Amino acid sequence: MDIIVKNLTKRYGAQRAVDNISFRVKTGEVLGFLGPNGAGKTTTMKAITTFLTPNEGNITVGNFSIYENPEEVKRHIGYLPENNPLYHDMPVIDYLVFVAELQSIEKTKIKDRILEMINLCGLEGEKHKKIGELSKGYQQRVGLAQALIHNPDVLIFDEPTAGLDPNQIVEIRELIKRIGKEKTVILSSHILAEVEATCDRILIINKGKIVADGTSEELRKHSQGKEILKIKIEEGEKNIIYKALQELETTGIVDFIQDEENSFEIQTKPELSSRKAIFKLCVDKGWILTEMTPIETKLEDIFRELTLN
Amino acid sequence: MKQIWIITRRELQSFFDSLMAYIMLIAFLGFSGFFTWLFGADIFFVKQASLQSFFGIAYWTLFFFIPALTMRLLAEENRSGTIELLLTKPINDWQVVLGKFLSTFLLIIIALVLTLPYYITVANLGPIDHGAVWSGYLGLMFMSAAYISIGIFTSSVSNNQIISYLLALFIGIFFQIIFSMLSSNISGLFAEILNYLSVSTHFESISRGVIDSKDIIYFLSLIFFGLILAEAGLAKRRL
Repeated sequence: MDIIVKNLTKRYGAQRAVDNISFRVKTGEVLGFLGPNGAGKTTTMKAITTFLTPNEGNITVGNFSIYENPEEVKRHIGYLPENNPLYHDMPVIDYLVFVAELQSIEKTKIKDRILEMINLCGLEGEKHKKIGELSKGYQQRVGLAQALIHNPDVLIFDEPTAGLDPNQIVEIRELIKRIGKEKTVILSSHILAEVEATCDRILIINKGKIVADGTSEELRKHSQGKEILKIKIEEGEKNIIYKALQELETTGIVDFIQDEENSFEIQTKPELSSRKAIFKLCVDKGWILTEMTPIETKLEDIFRELTLN
Repeated sequence: MKQIWIITRRELQSFFDSLMAYIMLIAFLGFSGFFTWLFGADIFFVKQASLQSFFGIAYWTLFFFIPALTMRLLAEENRSGTIELLLTKPINDWQVVLGKFLSTFLLIIIALVLTLPYYITVANLGPIDHGAVWSGYLGLMFMSAAYISIGIFTSSVSNNQIISYLLALFIGIFFQIIFSMLSSNISGLFAEILNYLSVSTHFESISRGVIDSKDIIYFLSLIFFGLILAEAGLAKRRL
């Protein structure tokens, strides 16, 4: 089931939390939603789940519009909200039965389905406890179980790994990857490594607008338009080398790398490469080039670059 | 319909799990029993085989207890955020409001059913007007339903349960007594309107044994109005 978001705008008073964004998520795709706090991630997710009504724009899930068929939209979505709100005074089993009934799962299948969820989410030992007595990690598992219980085609997770320990984080990521193969998944996070590890596609939004959209490689390539090299040249006066490097036609900015003798960081002008020129320069001058490494842009840097201004 | 019943069942379960239901039942039976049988203008003082004194007491005890039952219904869901999980399930705002309304109404019915021994006892003491008793119960049910719908509305406007309790009492007291007090002090059309708006007027006329369509329409519209406002209170999140 594809999710199509078209010209979505949501205002809170005068502030535009989400400003005219459009995107599409295809079946079998895991979309990572990145953005600083208050960028509009949660608002967009709440709009898709019909909890909020947008001021402008339309959202369709499969063939159902959030305006015309909100009930059908909700039936196909498994949603794990931010902060994972649950009825703390209810035992895990009772809560799952309650959700299963609301999702109109057939009476005869409810029991099997709940057992399946308890196994999948590792709740075996906790199933009779009250939700409020569980640790945060286990509560998160209950949240996942309730989102998956009706085997929805679309999954929307708002910060699914918040509050989990590293082992649980790995487990949940694997779970998302596994179930994400045949479903449409949107997950938000501000842990970049997590998005990179689990998502097929990344959408970065800032101040309510989409600022980047693509796979993590595409994003890298895009912001990497310029090549960045780290080089080390021995046997030479560093100021002379610095000058010679700057005079090359292809180089943009040259920088000393602090704490390392005779090391430089070189930013090439867009669309060009200066590796050959540097090598030639060293040969001509008789300098010894001992290191030349391309520096790969980290997702962190892309993120900072896109969202800081 | 099925979705409403699922909500009703969960809420009813939650009333009993949290002891709220037991406290309410014991306090209601205790108060009404004490003043019906033991103290003040009780049945032995009145020396009539009628339940009028019980209805008079129940009218006030329910007035104070109902907001205590309804105050958490939506306020707590709003505060803890569980409303988001609930409303993103295949269920609409109306079904949530009606489910919660029904659960509290059923709890009140349970409380009233538990007072049936009063009726049986009095009926054995002397000739009782059976019609008046049943219409008295009917009046209590209508009045309870009206205050439940007001209580659910006040629960939907605030995240704070105390505020929703006090607000329900504040709105309720106008219907309960202030409108009728005001109307007896003035005259003319305005007095009649106030008198018509007063719950006590309609409750008394029903509990006397006169079931007039005017009273029933009054209660139904009060319930309906409260529920519409409650639904609006839930829907305001969308704005």
